Order: sequence, then structure tokens, then C-alpha cells
Amino acid sequence: MHNKISLIISREFFTRIRKKSFIIMTILGPLLFAAVIIGPTWFATMEDREVRVIGVIDSSRLFIGKIPETEYLKFEYLESITVDQIRERFPETRYYAVLYIAHIITSSPSAVQLMSDRAPSLNVRMHIANALEKELERQKLAAYDIDNLDEILAAVQTSVNIRTIVWQDDGGEVESHSELAMIVGYIGGFLIYIFIFLFGAQVMRGVIEEKSSRVVEILVSSVRPFQLMMGKIVGIGLVGLTQFLLWVILSFTLITIAQQVFFQDLGTPSSENIVMEDMFSSSRLQPSQPIENEGKEIYREIFSSISAINFGVMLGAFLFYFLGGYLLYASLFASIGSAADSETDTQQFMLPVTIPLILSIIVMTNAIMNPDGPIAFWFSVVPLTSPIIMMARIPFGVPFWEVALSAVLLIGSFVFTTWLAGKIYRTGILMYGKKVNYIELWKWLRY
Amino acid sequence: MELFSAKNVSKSFVNHKALGNVSISVPEKSIYGLLGPNGAGKTTLLRIINQITAPDTGELFFKGRRLNPGDIHRIGYMPEERGLYKKMKVGEQALYFGRLKGLDKKTAMKRLKYWFEKFEIQSWWDKKVEELSKGMQQKVQFIITILHEPEMLIFDEPFSGFDPINTNLLKNEVTALRDRGATIIFSTHNMSSVEELCDHITLIDNSRVIINGEINSIRQKFKLDIYRVGFQGEAEKLNDLLSSNYQVLNLTSTPGGHTARIKLHNKSTDNVLLNMLLPHFHITSFTEEIPGMNDIFIDLVNKQKGPGNQ
Repeated sequence: MHNKISLIISREFFTRIRKKSFIIMTILGPLLFAAVIIGPTWFATMEDREVRVIGVIDSSRLFIGKIPETEYLKFEYLESITVDQIRERFPETRYYAVLYIAHIITSSPSAVQLMSDRAPSLNVRMHIANALEKELERQKLAAYDIDNLDEILAAVQTSVNIRTIVWQDDGGEVESHSELAMIVGYIGGFLIYIFIFLFGAQVMRGVIEEKSSRVVEILVSSVRPFQLMMGKIVGIGLVGLTQFLLWVILSFTLITIAQQVFFQDLGTPSSENIVMEDMFSSSRLQPSQPIENEGKEIYREIFSSISAINFGVMLGAFLFYFLGGYLLYASLFASIGSAADSETDTQQFMLPVTIPLILSIIVMTNAIMNPDGPIAFWFSVVPLTSPIIMMARIPFGVPFWEVALSAVLLIGSFVFTTWLAGKIYRTGILMYGKKVNYIELWKWLRY
Repeated sequence: MELFSAKNVSKSFVNHKALGNVSISVPEKSIYGLLGPNGAGKTTLLRIINQITAPDTGELFFKGRRLNPGDIHRIGYMPEERGLYKKMKVGEQALYFGRLKGLDKKTAMKRLKYWFEKFEIQSWWDKKVEELSKGMQQKVQFIITILHEPEMLIFDEPFSGFDPINTNLLKNEVTALRDRGATIIFSTHNMSSVEELCDHITLIDNSRVIINGEINSIRQKFKLDIYRVGFQGEAEKLNDLLSSNYQVLNLTSTPGGHTARIKLHNKSTDNVLLNMLLPHFHITSFTEEIPGMNDIFIDLVNKQKGPGNQ
């Protein structure tokens, strides 16, 4: 008997993972994920590969030779030429843009103008604005005629980082990264939502396929309907797990490679070191730091705080809530499939099953903003919504008893729905050509 | 000896009664026909025998003891609505179903090889089922049904959808299986196949058993004492010769001779009739008309409807 369930499981599993769509999804998933993380930086660096020359008409003569250049951004200071003159022969000059600085620098919008035949990139604009501000500040300060000005400036340069510490019941402390917890919580909850929908629907389609191709009658002359249902649910669940684990492995590999390729010069100092530097070092003034390094700085920070997340706990929680939620919903999807002759018949029964899932996604935003509030608590304990909401709360740290309560309720209710679905299923799969309604389902339950 | 029996089996669904107090007894190594019009309850009975659905009341016996879930491996079932996974490859699928019936992989492979060779369908092994025609799928389905060499085989309308050549092939296989010791139950509307194959039948109509027993004794029971006499001589004399106990139903004449259908009344016998005819005619043939199953079937089903309608 056990042997038969494992036969069914392996058929469900292997026919699915050999499908082209599975292989494509498995490869595409991490690529998309990596693209979302790496893409923006990559594009930013790509753009800057092109050397851009900007013509500068400085009527104030305050900034000649003062705007810092980078590898890809050069400045040419033009004498005795007007904006109108240069405009006429702009294409010949091959300038990326022309910077005009008025006689007297004021905060008026037309005091500094960047002109081009296309919209100049944000990076270039920021670089120029930054450089002009710094230079002006320097000149104004210089007017005060203070000794050792540079040293004083370096000494007052400060950057404040806020660390959030969570006091544990056992007296320990844990550092939390709220922003990151939000992101991780959101991704976790959303993944569970997608997985339940994706693989629950596969269970339903599988049941309908067996029913409409009449394979089911041959199957149930060999195995009990309940075994057939469980075999299918477990088999497809394993497909989901396999896909997820492949995603995790591939994503980590891709991100690690990307780190090596794009950011190898920086290395990845631990978060502790960064904090130490920021708190105590007093010489971080780097006025001429190239633009692209600022981008790298942000990504280095992200990478280092990613490594601060407890991935063991996250992975464990994800697996538990994915399996629990999946089992809870998959058996419901299976019973819907058994009551229908084709996928179009399923609409009326789908609604009550999808409502709690969609509700979870709506509530999830609230739960992430206020992970200890009553809404977050109740929705993460009630079984139909707990897989998604609890997953979203976990990165913020949830008291043990709440997790235990929600886990026990989840296990209890998937045992219950599986039992319930099994009763509907065994009648439904042999029922053809009948429009099934809720009253009919209720009768099947009592057979 | 009896292999399988059902005693007083009843089954009702929400809106109708499918079986009411149905009993059948299937002798070992026989071919047992389950007849009845559409909706009579045949498929429900077959599902109950296969333990797909449970009867509301009644008992099932297999080899003299109660039928139990383990007996599933001793039964092979081919449902009326054939079913195979459309996207799955033929060989892989046959192997899967064989193993679901309890065969180990090696034995299943060996037997599949034998049957695929026998049916000359080795080249289908790696094809998807959806690439096969309906008749081809039926062959695969048949192999799947008998692969685990069950003691009892159940075919629901086995000949529907087969062309005459394949119907013959299937009939031969069914008889061969019986000769090798299997017991076969099949349901059908096809009366000629019943006469050709079945040893025993049960006729079900309107959820009840109308008649059951050995096919020859049933046909004997339903005979109408009509004899078909072929003779040469003066046909006009026939009516004068016969007493009122013998009624000429019709007379046909051909240049070669005449054929008369004569009904015997009041327990008169064929010997007396023959004695009366012999001095006057040259008798070329003398046979009793035994009703075909088709006539018996239509007759009985109509009789059932009769009282219900009044």
C-alpha cells in the first residue's frame, strides 16, 4: 500500500519536473531575481562607460578647473563664446551637454543651466550640482579666513547610523535590520502566496485531467481514492519544494558570482566593521569620490546586511509555512477539481478558497508595517491566512508561543481539510455530467 | 465451482436506485455475460465488484470467502470509458499501471515485452498516447488490464470502438485467457458476442436481475416450439395433413424446394410431426428454432416495461 502511494508520488513528480515549463521556470526565476538586484547597478555602470565631455561657459569665473572629473565625465572650459553661438553648432562640438553658469550665483533656477539636445542623465546633474555646492561652500568658508580649515572640516564630518537592537527574553540582544526585515518579510509572504496558488492550481488541474480522461476509474480499481489524492498532493508539493530549493541555490550562486564580478575590489566587510568605522573614524571626507562608487557603497551595505539575516530560521519557517499552507489549500483544490468536469466548472467553488489568500496579501502590508499589532497577530494565527502573514512577520522576530500556536492550528486544520476533501473527492471523481452545487457537496460529505 | 458471487446487493444514489437486491454467481473459468439496457445498473455492479464503490447492503464473496481490499490484485478491470494519460508515453504508462497493480518492475517489463510483441506494437513504446488512434489506445488498454494476470477479469463493453479485425483479435484473446484459467465477466449490448463467447449470463434491467443462468438453458427456456422444415413435394397438401396442434406460420417456396415454419401447440412433439410429414414429402432439413439472445433480450426488456406503463 505504501509502495503504491510512492509510485503515484514519483509519477506526479517526474512527469512534472521533466516538463519544459518546469525547467524554464527554474532557470528564469533566479535570473529575474538576480536581475532585479543587480540590474540597476549594472545599467548605471554601463552608462558611464561612455566618455562624456561637457562644455562649460562660466561667466562667474569661479569654477574654472574646479569641477572634479571622473574617468567618464570630462569638462572643457570655454572662453569668449556665448550660449547662442554654441547652440548653433552644437552637433559639431560633440559635447554631451553645455553647462552655463551666470555671473552671480544665486539660488535662482536660471543661474546654472545644463543644456543639451537630450535630457542629461541624473547622475551627471547630481555630480555637477554636488561639485558646485561643495566649491561654493569652500569659497564661502575660505572668506572667513579660518586657520586649519581643512582639518576642522574633516573633524566635523559625521555620519549617523541607527542600529536597532531587540532585547530578548533570555537577556540577549539581537540586532535587527527593519528595512531589510520588511523586504524579506514581503518576499517570503508573497512567495508563499504564489506557490500556494501555482501548485494548488496544478493539483486541481491534475485531478480534472484524470477525471476527464477517465484514467481515474482505472486508478481507483488499483488504489484507494484517498491514496490517489494524497499521492498527487505530495508529488506536486515535492515539485514545488524542488523548484524553490533550485531557486535558492541558483540565486545564491548568481548573486555570489555577481558580487565577485562587479564588486570584487570592495570585498565585503562585516556589518560590524562598517558600524565601527562610521562611529569612530573622522576622516571620511572624500569630495572627489567618483559617482559610481556611491552606488557600490549602497550595494555593499545591502549585501552585508543580507548576510546579517538568519537564513536558517527564514528557510525553516518558509518550508514549514509553505508545506502547511500548501497542504491546507491543495486538498481543497483537489476536491474542487473532483467536483468539476472541466476547468470552467470550477469558478463557483474557487471563490471561497481564493478569498482568504487574497485577503492575506492585502493584510500583509499592514502586518509588515506593524508586525506586533492585533491584525498581524490574528491573521498569523488563523490557519487560512497564517502561512502568508506569519511568514511576513517572522523576519521581525515573533514570540515563540505565537509561532507554536499558529503551527499547531495549521497542522490541525490541514488534517481536517484533507479528511473533508477526501470525502468529496472519492464521490466527485466518479461523478460525470452533473452540475454540482453546494447542496450536492454537502450530501457527498455524508455518504 | 464458483469463483465470485454477489448476494442481495443494493445501491442507491441520491436521486435514484442503481441496484436492488441483485445476486449473481460466477462459475470459475467461465465467461460470464452481464446484459442489460443502458442505465440498468451494470456499471454500478462492476464498480462494486472492483471495490470502487461500496454497496449499501449485500455481500460479495471471492473464492468462497468475503471479498477484501487485497483481492484488487487478483482482478483486472477495463472500464467502458477507456482512460489513459494523454501526454504520457505508452510504455511508461503501461509499466506504471502494471506496478500499481502490484507487479515489480522487472516482471512488468518482461510481460509488457511479450504482449507488445504479440500485438506487434513495439514501435508504440515511446509514443505519447495522444498520438495513437482510438483503436490503438484500446489495445494498450487491454494489455494494461490483463498484465498482472488476474484470476478474474472484468470488461465493461469491451468491443465498443473496435473494428471487426480487432474485435476478432480481442475475442480470441478473451477465450484464450479463459482457457488458461481466468474467469471473465463482461457487460455488453452486443448479443452476437454474447452467444459466441458467454457460458453464463445475467440480464439486468431497471436495477433488478430479470434472468440468469447458463446461456443454453436460457435459450431452451425461451424457445417457442417452432420448427423449420425444408421439404420437396406438393406444398398445398401441408395444411390438410396437419392436425390443429400444428400451425403453419409461413411457407416460402424456391425452385429447390419449400421451407415451412411450424409451431407446435398443446405439447405435441417434433417426432410426431416428423412422422406425419415423412410419408408425403422428401424432407431436406428439420431444425428447431432456438431464439437468439437478441430476441430474448428485447422480449424480456419490453415485458418489463409493459406492466410498468399500465
